[in-house]
Formats: sequence, structure tokens, C-alpha cells
Amino acid sequence: MKAYGFFVLKRFGQLLIVVFLGVSATFFITHLSPLDPVEQTMGRLTRQSGFSPEAQEAMRAALTELYGTDQPLLGQFVNFWGRLVRGDMGPSLLAFPTPALRLVKRALPWTVGLLTTTVVITWTVGNLLGGLAGYFQNNRLLKAFGVFAIGVQPIPYYIVAFIMLILFGFLWPVLPISGGAGMFVEPGWNLPYVLSILHHSILPAASIVVVGLGTWFLGMRALVSNVVTEDYVSYAELGGVESRRIVGSYVIRNAMIPQLTALAMVLGGVFSGTIITEEVFSYPGVGTLLIDAVNAGDYTLVLAVTSISIATVATAIFVIDLLYPLLDPRVRVK
Amino acid sequence: MLHIIRDLLRFNREFAIGVAFLGLIVVYSLLSFVSPIDPDIQFMEFPDLPPSGEYWFGTNSRGQDLFWQLTFAFRNTLGFGVMVAAFSRVISITVGLVSGYVGGAVDRVLMVINDVFVTLPLLPVLLVFFFVLGDSLNTINLALLMACLGWPFDARLIRSIALGLRHREFTRHATFSGMSPLKIMFEEHLPYVMPVVFATAMANMLWAIGVEVTLAVLGFTNINIATVGTTIYWANNHSAMVVGVWWWIVIPVVLVVMLFIGLYLLAVSLNEYIDPRSRLRRMGG
Repeated sequence: MKAYGFFVLKRFGQLLIVVFLGVSATFFITHLSPLDPVEQTMGRLTRQSGFSPEAQEAMRAALTELYGTDQPLLGQFVNFWGRLVRGDMGPSLLAFPTPALRLVKRALPWTVGLLTTTVVITWTVGNLLGGLAGYFQNNRLLKAFGVFAIGVQPIPYYIVAFIMLILFGFLWPVLPISGGAGMFVEPGWNLPYVLSILHHSILPAASIVVVGLGTWFLGMRALVSNVVTEDYVSYAELGGVESRRIVGSYVIRNAMIPQLTALAMVLGGVFSGTIITEEVFSYPGVGTLLIDAVNAGDYTLVLAVTSISIATVATAIFVIDLLYPLLDPRVRVK
Repeated sequence: MLHIIRDLLRFNREFAIGVAFLGLIVVYSLLSFVSPIDPDIQFMEFPDLPPSGEYWFGTNSRGQDLFWQLTFAFRNTLGFGVMVAAFSRVISITVGLVSGYVGGAVDRVLMVINDVFVTLPLLPVLLVFFFVLGDSLNTINLALLMACLGWPFDARLIRSIALGLRHREFTRHATFSGMSPLKIMFEEHLPYVMPVVFATAMANMLWAIGVEVTLAVLGFTNINIATVGTTIYWANNHSAMVVGVWWWIVIPVVLVVMLFIGLYLLAVSLNEYIDPRSRLRRMGG
């Protein structure tokens, strides 16, 4: 137990480093560029409607004060972190004067919900089917699924979501294609609202699952077809162990550990895919918020969404790493 | 080299399909060099004509012959993918070889940086870049940027091979005969990682094209350059699906999906060829 505590502590240290470096990188990208955020924001704001020169000057002064761009870079950096730790990133422009972080907080549950559900479904189902396909290599149905997986897996999230939108939005309109819940349903813990959320999430979730399933299926099939040739599997087979038990506790369990590592590695990509899918289906998560923020020229909100995204993904990977000891007894002993 | 390709074509169905798909798209994109039209000019044909003998892929709402328009789109998209793959190969080879050969503190620092890049959600980061750079984010800049984000997975793979090479006899010989570390890395070790470099280049191109299409469809690249992404962007902009100009969307999507599957199959079959274990399995060993 003590060893596990040390492991958690070490991983937590890594988490802090990753979040710090990632968020700092975002900060420096936005601040080291030759373009001035104030002028950028001004450009975007004045593009849509005309302002008098006096109003523009006042706006410029206010923005300079808001972003603190009159200070040296290091001072801005320290300020930025100081405010971030206190949970304040300044007001958003998109919905002025709502704080940027409040907007992110409102959108985050949608994304986290969608991401968690789809990742759990894809990972479990994909690995289970892949494991079976690797063990029962002559099964026709599983072979056919392999061909399907190879065909769908390389297609990016956007294109799959887009194809789903065309199929179920235009050709056979049976499912809601936009929004997170029905317009006229009262939000809260009541059955119609929950059902409406589930109903609206079918298409976005399905499109993420369709893309993700192939990765796990193919990876697990390759792993299992290597594990099957190991001596201990032949031994178990000769010893008359039920094949169900061999697949479940001998083969899949061993092949699952590298798949968990792989999940931690690709989670950033899956997150990117989720926010792009949200945009396609106008799902009210952080993806839609981020793209709205970019289009509206909302500097604070872009920084806030990106920082929170980095922190969320890093935390999720941290949680996945904590699951290792459940699967791999060797980690527990060490 | 040639007989390997011939054998792969004959015995590896995935490789053959991959080559066929990718070859088709490459030939199609090369047609742009003999194109009778200029992709930047609009309203040269009647808009919204369905596919026919005269216009094979129909015309779009911007009055362009979609067949020739798409040759340019695919040329630019493929070129972008090749550019990103080439740039990111340079970074991943350098980091991988140095990290594997030098080891120690250098290795640890490089791998911490690697971990940060692996865990970063790239799309928000790319959107931040677009937000900051705005219209100065042209094709070359975007390719460089994506190369800077797309190297970590492959660098780790190359590192793991270089780690094994480090303790081989010939490395020791080279060291004792006074070869400089730089020379050992790039003359002795590089040939061993080249197969992996090729296989991962395909996967990297696939990723780069996917991101380009995604960004372009959202309007976050230069929308005046014809690429697959911008084609779909303009189609969406003119509500092609709603007004019934389906060919404007369906044809580029089908072709780009073929490109993705072709690249993926090539990457997978090359990987399998490199890994001797899976080759044995294929032979039934």
C-alpha cells in the first residue's frame, strides 16, 4: 500500500508538470507572437460594426488594461498563473461580462459526459471483440468486423460525424442532429430532461464510438494473436481449461495492460475528436464554446478553454494511470 | 527493393489495395497539371449541374467544374500531408536517435517534453495558433506547426530502436575507432530506423490530412486555396446538402475516404512487414 502511495505521488507530480508546461506553452504562444492581442481583438470587434475613433481609443485602453499587455512578459506570466490558481481568468467577450471560467464550467459537464461515456463504451466493447477475434481467428462474423474496422478507423472524426449527419439528418431524419437537449424541456433532475439529453446524445456518441471502436479492436486483435502463441496458453489448453476461461482470465487480461497504456496515450486525440464532433452536432460542450470563442475573437475565453482542456485531459490520463494496479499485480508489488 | 514491393503486391492484399487507392488519388491529383481551368476563377460554367458526360463530377454553386477543381484540391492536400510528414520526420529522427544513443539526463529531459506533447489535446492548441496568427497562418506555416506537434509518437518508437542499437557490437567498434557520436547516430544507426520512418510517415500523413480537412472545414485555414477541406467548407457554406447539390459533398468525401483508407492500409502493411513476428504468423509459423 505504501508503494502504491509513492506511485500515486510520483504520477501526481508528473501531472502537475504536464499541466504547468502545457498551459505555460499556450500562454507563451499567445503572448510571444508578433501580433498584439489587443489589436487582434480590436480587429475582430471592429470588423463587424463601425466604431467612432474615440470609442476605438477607449476600447483599446480598456483592452490593454484587461490583458495587462503594458507590463513585461514575465510579469504578465506571473499574473496569469496567480489569477488562474485563484480561478479567475477575466471576463469573456463572447458573453460580456460573464467570467470566462463560468462559461467553461457550464460547458465542461457536457464534454466530460460525452467523452467518458464514449471512451468507456469504445474501449470495453472494442477490446472485448478484438480479444475474441484474436482468439477465435476463424470466426466469420469477427473477421467481417475486422474489415469494417480497417475501413472506418482511419477516417477522421469530422468526416464520420459529417457522414452521420447526412445519413440521419437528411436521408433518414430520425434523430435530433443539434443541441444537447430539447428546447422546451425544463432542465433539472426530471425524467423528460434526462431522456431528452440521452436522445440528443445518440448521434454524437455513436459517431465517436464508430471511429474509436476500430482502433481498440485492431490493437487488441494483434496483441491477442501474439499472446495466444505463448507457452502458458498452450499449457492451459492442454490442461483442459475451458476456452472461455482462457480467453477471459488468461489472454485478454494480459493483453489489456498495454491497451490501458494506449488509452492514456491517445486520450488527447480522442478529446480533440470529441470537440470536433460537438461542433458538427452543435452540442453545447467546450468544443462548440472554443470555436465560438475563436470566431468571436474572444482572447480570454480561448485561453481559458484551452487551459482547462489541457488540465482535464492530463487529469483523465492521471486517473487512468491509477487504474494500473487493478489490472497488473506486478505494479501493486513494486 | 523492387522485388520486395512485387512480393508485397502479390501476397499482401492490404498492401495491394492500399497502393491501388493511393495510386488512384495520386494520378487524379497529377491531372491538375494538365487542367484546362484555373481553380481560382469562379462562374466559368453553369452552376449546380449534376454529374454528366460533359462534367464528370458536375459543377458546384460557384460555377466551377468539380472534376478539375478537385484535382487541385487533392494535389494541395497531398502536398500538405507530404510536407508535414517530411518536417516531422526530421524532428522525430533527431530526437529519437539522440535520446536513444546519448541516454541519461538528455534522454529524460527529451522524454518529459515528449510526454507533454503526447498528452496535449492538439486541436485546442491549433485553434489557439489560428487565433493568434490569423491570416498569416498559410500552408507552409501550418505544415511547420503541425510537424512540431506531430513528432512525439514516432520519436518514441525510433528511440526504442536506437536504445537497442546502442549496445550492439558495431556501435562499440565505431566508438572505439573514434567516430563522433553525431556520425554514429546518422551514419550507423539511421539505416536501421529507416523502415520505421517510412511506415510512420504514412500514418503521419494520414493524421496531417485529417487535421487539415477538419481545420479547413471549420474555416480555420486559408479558405481561398483549393484543398479537400476548403471544398467541403464552400459546399457547406452554400448549403449544398439542403439545396440538393449532393455531388459537391459526396464526391470529395468518397475520394478523401479512399485516400485515408489507402494510406492506412499502406502504413499497416508496412508495419507488419517490418515486424518479423507478424510475418511469421502470415506464413503460418
